[in-house]
Amino acid sequence: MEIARLTIDQVRDALASRRVSAVELATEALRFAQAENPKTNAYLHFCPERALQAARRADDRIARGEDPGPLGGVPLAVKDVILTKGVRTTCASRLLARYIPPYDATAVIRLEQAGGVILGKTNCDEFAMGSSNENSAFGPVRNPVDLDRVPGGSSGGSAAAVSQGTAVVALGSDTGGSIRQPASFCGVVGVTPTYGRVSRYGLVAFASSLDHIGPFGKTVKGAATLLQVIAGRDEMDSTSAFAPVPGYVAAMDGNVRGIKIGLPREYFRGLASETGDLIARGVEVLKKLGCQVSDISLPATEYAIPCYYIICTAEASSNLARYDGVRYTTRSRSPESLIDMYRSTRGEGFGAECKRRVMLGTYVLSAGYYDAYYLKAQKVRTLIARDFAEAFRQVDAIVTPVSPFPAFKLGEKVDDPLEMYLSDIYTITGDLAGIPCMSVPCGRTAQGLPVGMQILTNHFDEAGMFRLAGAFEEAGGFTVG
Amino acid sequence: MKITEQEVRYVADLANLKLAEEEVQRFARDLDGILTYMDKLNELDTSDVEPMAQVLYDAGETATLRGDSERRTLDNETALANAPLPGAGYFKVPKVIER
Repeated sequence: MEIARLTIDQVRDALASRRVSAVELATEALRFAQAENPKTNAYLHFCPERALQAARRADDRIARGEDPGPLGGVPLAVKDVILTKGVRTTCASRLLARYIPPYDATAVIRLEQAGGVILGKTNCDEFAMGSSNENSAFGPVRNPVDLDRVPGGSSGGSAAAVSQGTAVVALGSDTGGSIRQPASFCGVVGVTPTYGRVSRYGLVAFASSLDHIGPFGKTVKGAATLLQVIAGRDEMDSTSAFAPVPGYVAAMDGNVRGIKIGLPREYFRGLASETGDLIARGVEVLKKLGCQVSDISLPATEYAIPCYYIICTAEASSNLARYDGVRYTTRSRSPESLIDMYRSTRGEGFGAECKRRVMLGTYVLSAGYYDAYYLKAQKVRTLIARDFAEAFRQVDAIVTPVSPFPAFKLGEKVDDPLEMYLSDIYTITGDLAGIPCMSVPCGRTAQGLPVGMQILTNHFDEAGMFRLAGAFEEAGGFTVG
Repeated sequence: MKITEQEVRYVADLANLKLAEEEVQRFARDLDGILTYMDKLNELDTSDVEPMAQVLYDAGETATLRGDSERRTLDNETALANAPLPGAGYFKVPKVIER
């Protein structure tokens, strides 16, 4: 049993046959993750006490002859924007460097009830704002595939940990691509479920009409198993959906013959050749499986980036107003007045990207500009959602690239915020429409860099998305090229 | 020019952000580029389009309401545990009222 390549199924088998105990496995997984972490900085901190406690619970259940749960004894990681009671949660921000949450996120409660063992909290862009993980106050994450390159962002630590093998699965969060883009850069599976599918109670808010919690896995089944556990209505989050949660792994029956797939023209125009070639090969795999592939159009695509960056910064400026030095953040030393305390605390505490977005959001919401920016963007968002609704009358799923290019070098794009924003073009549309979408590995470039293929389906059809992704994986799609 | 340095200072005040002089210059440049790009939305005629105020809602209007029954919330000590300056069961801040 090689720790870095462990899957949920292997853990279940090993525990069931008593070859290893959950405590032994957690101890070894912690030792391995702590030894490997300096290479990538994927974890910000570990929580060995909590991990061993969860492992003991799994062992107790097994000793009593009970099922340890769908994640029984599985070592996993949680992005550090998701609250863990008694375990530091920093959002990769100086402001929350010492913050110890007084409660657990619903997703965390559910995955521990399912037997999961949280090893630690993963690095990310500060308050989940970024596409490269270079905006962390605690240093960037390095891509385990090539340590000179970024892992993507904002959930770069979770993607890197799964790719590096220091977590079997992981939780991330996605507002404009923060799960799928790092999954594609690190060569793992990353899923953004339907808006409201997973409770956000205990997810630190960035842009509330766009925020999602979602899973990372090495395999489609791993990600589907984790989503199964955390999905479903939660009365602590009034935006969480009532729709019943079907069996995701059971849906992965391999039968995708006759499934209609649309390729949106707007996503393939001007696409860098290597990424485009690999996606084309991925599409060939789907055709061989019997899928019917056709071109479709999503005409409002070119307006998605300005639309997204108006809405997300407006919501962020409001959500981040709470970090004022009074209740739970660090506070500026010896302020002259109350207002100076707010301003100095925030000026010293936020990194450059958070400040930029708070400034943009405040500007677009300010008197005289609201109609021109925020209201306009909300109308354009309607058009983008309408495009998808129209497309799903013709096709069952949409397939696109995840990112215009594979992982770039650290520092390469850090000086040009607009260029960084433009790289989110293929992932933000799914968030704006609130539909489920995921990244699956689709081969590697000549330099060995992973490329991700995006699959999008209609609201609440995660099962259809997993069926397609599972069949693609089974047919060798992850390693095309 | 979409935004001047003076406007950047005004917005920073609205956002309660103290910015260094070089940050003001940097953000004036950055925001100008980004806001110019955002003008692209004006190419679209949206006069007949409803704004998307609700992403997705799959239940009846009152489905998220619960019974008006008492529940446990954080106790005082827990609520203050992360405060940078707690005192006598409160959050302490610089004085705002002159005697």
